[in-house]
Amino acid sequence: MLDINDLRSIATVGALISFIGILAWAWAKSNKNNFDEAANLPFEGDEE
Amino acid sequence: MSVSNIASANLGLMEAESESLSSSFYDDYAVRNFTIMAVVWGVVGMMMGIIIASQLAFPALNFDTAWFSFGRLRPLHTNLVVFAFGGCTLLGTSFYIVQRTGQTRLRFPLLSRIVFWGYQAIILAAIISLPLGYTSGKEYAELEWPIDVLLLIIWLMYAAVFFGTVAARKMKHIYVANWFYGAFIIVIAILHLVNSMEVPAELMKSYSAYAGVQDAMIQWWYGHNVVGFFLTAGFLGMMYYFVPKQAGRPVYSYRLSIVHFWGLIFTYMWAGSHHLHYTALPDWTQSVGMVLSLILLAPSWGGMINGMMTMSGAWHKLRDDPILRFMIVSLSFYGMSTFEGPMMAIKTVNALSHYTDWTIGHVHSGALGWVGFIAMGSIYYLVPRLYSQTQMYSKKAIELHFWLATIGIVLYIVAMWISGVAEGLMWRAMNDDGTLTYTFVEAVKATHPFYVLRLIGGLLYLSGTCIMLWNVLKTASMGRHALAKIPSTSVHA
Repeated sequence: MLDINDLRSIATVGALISFIGILAWAWAKSNKNNFDEAANLPFEGDEE
Repeated sequence: MSVSNIASANLGLMEAESESLSSSFYDDYAVRNFTIMAVVWGVVGMMMGIIIASQLAFPALNFDTAWFSFGRLRPLHTNLVVFAFGGCTLLGTSFYIVQRTGQTRLRFPLLSRIVFWGYQAIILAAIISLPLGYTSGKEYAELEWPIDVLLLIIWLMYAAVFFGTVAARKMKHIYVANWFYGAFIIVIAILHLVNSMEVPAELMKSYSAYAGVQDAMIQWWYGHNVVGFFLTAGFLGMMYYFVPKQAGRPVYSYRLSIVHFWGLIFTYMWAGSHHLHYTALPDWTQSVGMVLSLILLAPSWGGMINGMMTMSGAWHKLRDDPILRFMIVSLSFYGMSTFEGPMMAIKTVNALSHYTDWTIGHVHSGALGWVGFIAMGSIYYLVPRLYSQTQMYSKKAIELHFWLATIGIVLYIVAMWISGVAEGLMWRAMNDDGTLTYTFVEAVKATHPFYVLRLIGGLLYLSGTCIMLWNVLKTASMGRHALAKIPSTSVHA
């Protein structure tokens, strides 16, 4: 039987796994160009 | 002129229409007004701080007048500096940044004007109702239920304008600053809605829907996340736009910004119980709050390091750019107070620090140092650009403001550290036979010189803000409303 504490454990472990997923996504080589583009957004179209 | 025309003119819509019938200009009506009002409320709110600091140092200054007493004015001080000064800065800068980083005009221009005027109405309601004694008694959520309802409506409109503009962006990516502002908007809506659940008894009186320790836990879940999302996430959004702009280089690590963003989101929510150490709250809940507060050091310092490192290779700019100096000193205070906070959340440390002035000192190193300085740096960046000027009216005045404020903060924090630790030690000191070494009033007497020192620190900080107001008004009156063109080459991947 699944009780409220099992749900809480699942939520906690789920949060940890998704955070590790975010780490992996952030450091994935394939995303590097996207991040470089995004980092330059404040300077896009600058005339100053 | 028809009635509806007059109404829209009052809301500044005419100006918006003359500004641009096409959509080729940014809509900065709310940005400009929020920015000016941020400085005005900053002066008023800090002045309120001076009044209550004087009353603590010299209690006779209560004048035996109910509406002028510390108990009524202290919540007004916190509401004004956090929600009026901080809030106007946050809302104004968010409207500025979301347009620039998306290269698109603000969505729902009428709503953005209602948000500005509605938000000012809420601040006025606070200024009137709190001294009159109308309060729900919840710290940082004192405003009574009709004002709560108004705030909820205004906040939902704000969310519509902000997220509507994000959705209408012309760029592929959503710049990280907008992620922080977005989290701030969503979380504040949830916090406000949950913590303000109350049963109205009459027009200006309500009772909390929660009771006992649950009420306390919800209150400090709210209270700490106001620190985490109003005073941190939103201001980190500001940092992620204005520090790169002022330093002239992109953020040090975009990856780090993503990871520490999610780190903050995952951990802040659970730290609130450290406000209730050694209370009726279950022990395990206190321990969870302590552990999660310690973990919080990592994502906090992630943001601090990211901001600092954005300066690498541009450190020489600090020498002659007081605006950049505001921003970098702000990050130093962010690092300091997010180190101090987790330490104070350790139960054994908290046993010494809780209920003492150390807490007040900690809050103000974050509020005056981090929040105040990043807001002031951002406003100094914004004002010339909003009024078609190349720079602020007086650079010397910015320098003076910087030094007055910095010395003021240091005096304030040092005074509260000494006073707080003295209180903590005196309260717990025991004689061999188990009786208390000091009476309570002896500890009160010991703090008195430091209360005077704190008042001097506060006066220095306030005088800096007054100079800023003069400088801002001078700059604004010399210029005219800037028309900021949306780059036409913006059809971008």
